[in-house]
Amino acid sequence: MPERRTIRTDYLARVEGEGAMTVRLENGRVEHVELRIFEPPRFFEALLRGRSFREAPDLTARICGICPVAYQTSAVNAIENLCGVEVPEPIRLLRRLLYCGEWIESHALHVYMLHAPDFLGYAGAVELARDERAAVERGLALKKTGNAVMALVGGREIHPINVRVGGFYRVPSRRELQPLVEPLERAREAALETVRWTSGFDFPAREVECELVALSERDAYAIERGRIVSDRGLDISPADYDEHFEEEHVERSTALHSRLRERGTYLCGPLARYTLGRDRLSPLAREAAREAGLAETCRDPFRSIVVRSVELVYACDEALRLIDAYEEPDAPAVEVEPVAGTGYGASEAPRGLLYHRYRLDADGTILDVKIVPPTSQNQQAIEDDLRDVVGRNAHLDDERLRSLCEQTIRNYDPCISCATHFLTLTMERR
Amino acid sequence: MKAVVIGVGNPFRGDDGAGLAVLERLEGRVPGGVELVACEHEPSGMMDAWHGAEAVLIVDAVSSGAAPGALHRFDASAEPLPAHAFRASTHAFAVDETIELARALDRLPRRVLVYGVEGGDFEAGEELTPAVEAAVERTAAAVLSDLANLAKEERPCTSAP
Repeated sequence: MPERRTIRTDYLARVEGEGAMTVRLENGRVEHVELRIFEPPRFFEALLRGRSFREAPDLTARICGICPVAYQTSAVNAIENLCGVEVPEPIRLLRRLLYCGEWIESHALHVYMLHAPDFLGYAGAVELARDERAAVERGLALKKTGNAVMALVGGREIHPINVRVGGFYRVPSRRELQPLVEPLERAREAALETVRWTSGFDFPAREVECELVALSERDAYAIERGRIVSDRGLDISPADYDEHFEEEHVERSTALHSRLRERGTYLCGPLARYTLGRDRLSPLAREAAREAGLAETCRDPFRSIVVRSVELVYACDEALRLIDAYEEPDAPAVEVEPVAGTGYGASEAPRGLLYHRYRLDADGTILDVKIVPPTSQNQQAIEDDLRDVVGRNAHLDDERLRSLCEQTIRNYDPCISCATHFLTLTMERR
Repeated sequence: MKAVVIGVGNPFRGDDGAGLAVLERLEGRVPGGVELVACEHEPSGMMDAWHGAEAVLIVDAVSSGAAPGALHRFDASAEPLPAHAFRASTHAFAVDETIELARALDRLPRRVLVYGVEGGDFEAGEELTPAVEAAVERTAAAVLSDLANLAKEERPCTSAP
């Protein structure tokens, strides 16, 4: 008689937001894995149609409370790309500083509150805090520093309102940025401590094999702009995204899966960024990576927590460098006149590549929008990983197998709040 | 008394915006010393919002299976919220987790009251369902009544000097 069991949980805790997963096992063989993704970007794509192009950064910032700067940045990149505007260097660097704040905030949240408990055998951050109070306080202090950068440069820490097409509504003076220096120096120390902490965790041996995709810049660790490159030779402008990537319906799945045309599954996020850009990290971040035992590439989803920690060091280090080098722009923004046509923009959200495309008419009314968040792009890779993990651990009881699945998903830091509806995990064994 | 009222929610996720709607309804109606704070998404930042306050009152949408618009009220000053009530929201690090994290770190105000407005529809959209819309004023009134009682607690000996 075939084995048949069904397991249900109400939600999958500690991923950012919500989601739903179904795993079906038939006589110990993985028959079906599905991560269901609800996509607010679809709702916002509809909301944006008919609005002025100038509203795009404000509205898209509302898609996600964890990575509003990423949405704003990809939006202004796309629109400025279409309108033939390249913002002056001080404005671009100020946007990069704002983005560093978001990386610090988001990575600190994921590393400390959501991911670390998995490695240390705790149900969550609350239990971790009871035993390792200093560690949790360190994580919260880091997060607070990231929030402070976002509040000062972005105007508000959640849904920053200061970014506009062409620049900012208001730019800080050099003096106004100075109060960030000391907290960032302390945060950089805390980030180095974070690398030492996470690199001491136990990691099961695991590597993903799919293509790694990230933005890349010649002279910098790509954050707020770059070309889209991969470890298998892809090297394109964001304008060519749709030519190389496609979203397709997968049988028995409700979600669209992003794939590289004729190449298949790919992964974006910290592992891809590190593997493709390690040599462009700051010397301090590179040294931290070396001391943490990271090789020149990293394909281990469990070790993504170490890579995020290294990126925390980098984001603090880079924020300090940007503040030190900051020159107040002549004007907070440059004038942007609408152009009829299609614009393309991308940036590196904390959890990976975020692509936006806007079609405008001549008076700047938005006719059509496409937004592809990193979690949608990674969905196929996450499902492949889950299928493999379940297949190799089918002997475990339901409770342990479910916990392993949850951790597998958390390894990818899915921003399910911008990608998935209520998190339910269903396991069926037949 | 220094108190903070926090409305939690996502205004683009249907009834998940209930906490923010209650906050809006409270504007201009709370006594001096009471701060109103909106928390869209990630609630662990609430700890900074209530720093230094003697009381925090948190309003959030919940999904517990009750009828939409039902109002739940919990006193979390001394004990955790009932499991799961506050997980069915769009938040990364849930409200109940934030409260327990703060308790573990000795960062919880002396009084913690939590109001859960039962939501019916959490799909993308900017509208509250009618039952939830109707509960907004009721919840605001409950918050105001609790604020008045907390102020009285603070001054147990109010006899004339």
